[in-house]
Amino acid sequence: MADCAQPIGARTGIGAALVVAALIFGTLAAVVLRAEPGRGLGSADWAALRFTLIQACLSAGLSVALAVPVARALARRRFAGRRLLIALLGAPFILPVIVAILGLLQVFGRAGWISDGLALFGLEPVQIYGLHGVVLAHVFFNLPLATRLILQGWQEIPAERFRLAAQLGADARATRNLLEYPMLRRVVPGALAVIFAICLSSFAVALTLGGGPRATTIELAIYQAFRFDFDLGRAAMLSGLQLVLTGAAALVAVKVAVGEGFGTGLDRPLQRWDGNSTTSRVFDGFWILLAAAFLLLPLAAIALSGVPGLVGLKASVWTAALNSIMVATLSTALMLILALPMATAVALGRGTMIEVAGILGLAASPLVIGTGLFIVIYPIANPFALALPVTALVNAVMALPFALRILVPRAKSVVGRYGRLSMSLDMRGLPFVRRVLLPRMRAQIGFSAGLAAALSMGDLGVVALFADPEFATLPLQVYRLMGAYRMEAAAGAALLLLALSMSAFWILDRGGRWHAEA
Amino acid sequence: MLRLENCLIENGGFSLRADLEIAPGSRIAVIGPSGAGKSTLIEALAGFRSLSKGAVYWKGKDLSKVAPGKRPIAMLFQDGNLFPHLTVAQNVGLGIHPNLRLDDAQQAKVKAALARVGLDGMGDRKPASLSGGQQSRVALARVLVQGRDLLLLDEPFAALGPALKAEMLDLVAELLAESGATLLMVSHDPSDARRIADQVVLVADGQAHPSMETAVLLDNPPPALKAYLG
Repeated sequence: MADCAQPIGARTGIGAALVVAALIFGTLAAVVLRAEPGRGLGSADWAALRFTLIQACLSAGLSVALAVPVARALARRRFAGRRLLIALLGAPFILPVIVAILGLLQVFGRAGWISDGLALFGLEPVQIYGLHGVVLAHVFFNLPLATRLILQGWQEIPAERFRLAAQLGADARATRNLLEYPMLRRVVPGALAVIFAICLSSFAVALTLGGGPRATTIELAIYQAFRFDFDLGRAAMLSGLQLVLTGAAALVAVKVAVGEGFGTGLDRPLQRWDGNSTTSRVFDGFWILLAAAFLLLPLAAIALSGVPGLVGLKASVWTAALNSIMVATLSTALMLILALPMATAVALGRGTMIEVAGILGLAASPLVIGTGLFIVIYPIANPFALALPVTALVNAVMALPFALRILVPRAKSVVGRYGRLSMSLDMRGLPFVRRVLLPRMRAQIGFSAGLAAALSMGDLGVVALFADPEFATLPLQVYRLMGAYRMEAAAGAALLLLALSMSAFWILDRGGRWHAEA
Repeated sequence: MLRLENCLIENGGFSLRADLEIAPGSRIAVIGPSGAGKSTLIEALAGFRSLSKGAVYWKGKDLSKVAPGKRPIAMLFQDGNLFPHLTVAQNVGLGIHPNLRLDDAQQAKVKAALARVGLDGMGDRKPASLSGGQQSRVALARVLVQGRDLLLLDEPFAALGPALKAEMLDLVAELLAESGATLLMVSHDPSDARRIADQVVLVADGQAHPSMETAVLLDNPPPALKAYLG
């Protein structure tokens, strides 16, 4: 009998991790074998690399620079709606990219609210397409993330330190030097690295707001090589480049990353004795209003313009919505089938290898996996016919790292707390899983399933590679409507997509917590 | 007879030796300074720690390779003895069948056990709606339906107040008198030992000593125990 006798084996989890690793490395191998050696990068490829790096640097820098004053204002002010605003900062994570882009277009676009306002003064409308549009969208998505990360840093400074600083007579500036700058030096590099890594594999944003030789990311170039030229060799070579890039960035991000604190309340009361001057109050109020407006206006725009479009939605939109629901359902099921055994195995202490397999999803790009799957499937079946299951599978692997972060701590605590009791009652294997593990993890399973379903519902990535004109998911349909300049119909479909994503998350998350005992 | 034969239990830099015998039907208190290895000894008996050397025999059968749930042992831990998501009756029923597939006779047995510990009609409640003392009674009802030869208690009543703890120990004593099971109970409170145990195993200096009469040992404690008792 081993010292660490356990109520359940780790074999299934190891198997699931192997499946994930095989999928990611197998598709990579397929891509590498296909890439033609000695061909090298053309000028368009160099341009794509340059643009990818520049937009990721700008997006990360701007998001974090803006997040610092917003996080500080949120950390030291108490006001009605603060909790709601902080909760909303988590929303962009499950917000479909295409929905946000439509909203941003309505606020910042050529015919958007800001341009309309400028026209009143006889000024030129603003331009949203190109580098600054891509960066704008990335800041929209990542400013909230950066704010949450940095706010967490602020909340982690013990209240006693602020009390001590106040007792020593430190004014606002001295408090900054004593407490806040050291915290920022610790937190900011991690936030920069995470956002930089996220923006490297930007596809949907670049697809809609970028494009052209001067605003193409590598992911977009893979898509174009594949879709427009059907140049598998070039797609493969770009995939290799993308993989090196995201792999390196993910490695750096994991090294310097700070905990993200998904579910934490971030609402501990913190009394501050500095920063009570009128100037700093006005300053904080300005930043909070600015951030709230930046986040809420595009969403309000979608809600306003989507309602009229909802009435006349075409059958094709409803078919696409049905496809999206099927993709999301299948993807969520696949994610759970992979994640639950993996989380259990990690909880049993069979960690490292499985956790690495889980993190692979962060480094791998969906378009690289998609390209690889296409190369593998092409000789044996019609890849376009498999668009739905392939999209679901890739989405599941992409959601896996987030799901594991939610599931692993809980699985650890369940095994730690009830493992011995279960064994002493001879509950091992299936009875343990059915009677103890799953019921005890219900809330976390619901939360991770909700995230996976919403992410999959809103995903516009690999489906763009695989879909033929007859097939569309809802995000793809919104994109096609935008491309046809049918903006009202696009806004209606986007509102439907937003409602579907949010309901999927809400139903699963609520369902998990329904009648769940602590 | 429970026999620990030349046992060596190792845990990191810590090691505990035990070479002793315990007669069936005894009530043993395991006492000693904190960190001496009382819980380690109980965990090794229950099968949660492996023996580096030696073997554990119950009625001549070697238990060393037997899985925890297959040993003739019922155990209550310091906390977390009930599953909060299962009803009281389900928690007790686990003692009969880990899969909870119970026939009518077994259901009746659960009901009777709950009545025996004073929880008649509470089978459908969840543990959270019970008081601390009632939760302990549920765990004891499960011990009752398990019907194992040995009962190991790793201070399951430590969080209860003194009066309630005494009440639980008295209930344990009654249940043991009815079933004839053997008790090994970790305690850091000598009055617990006097209340329920006829014998004491002293765990100190890396050694679980052979059992002695409770009164004899507590009235004339050896130096290690004396230092602990103060």
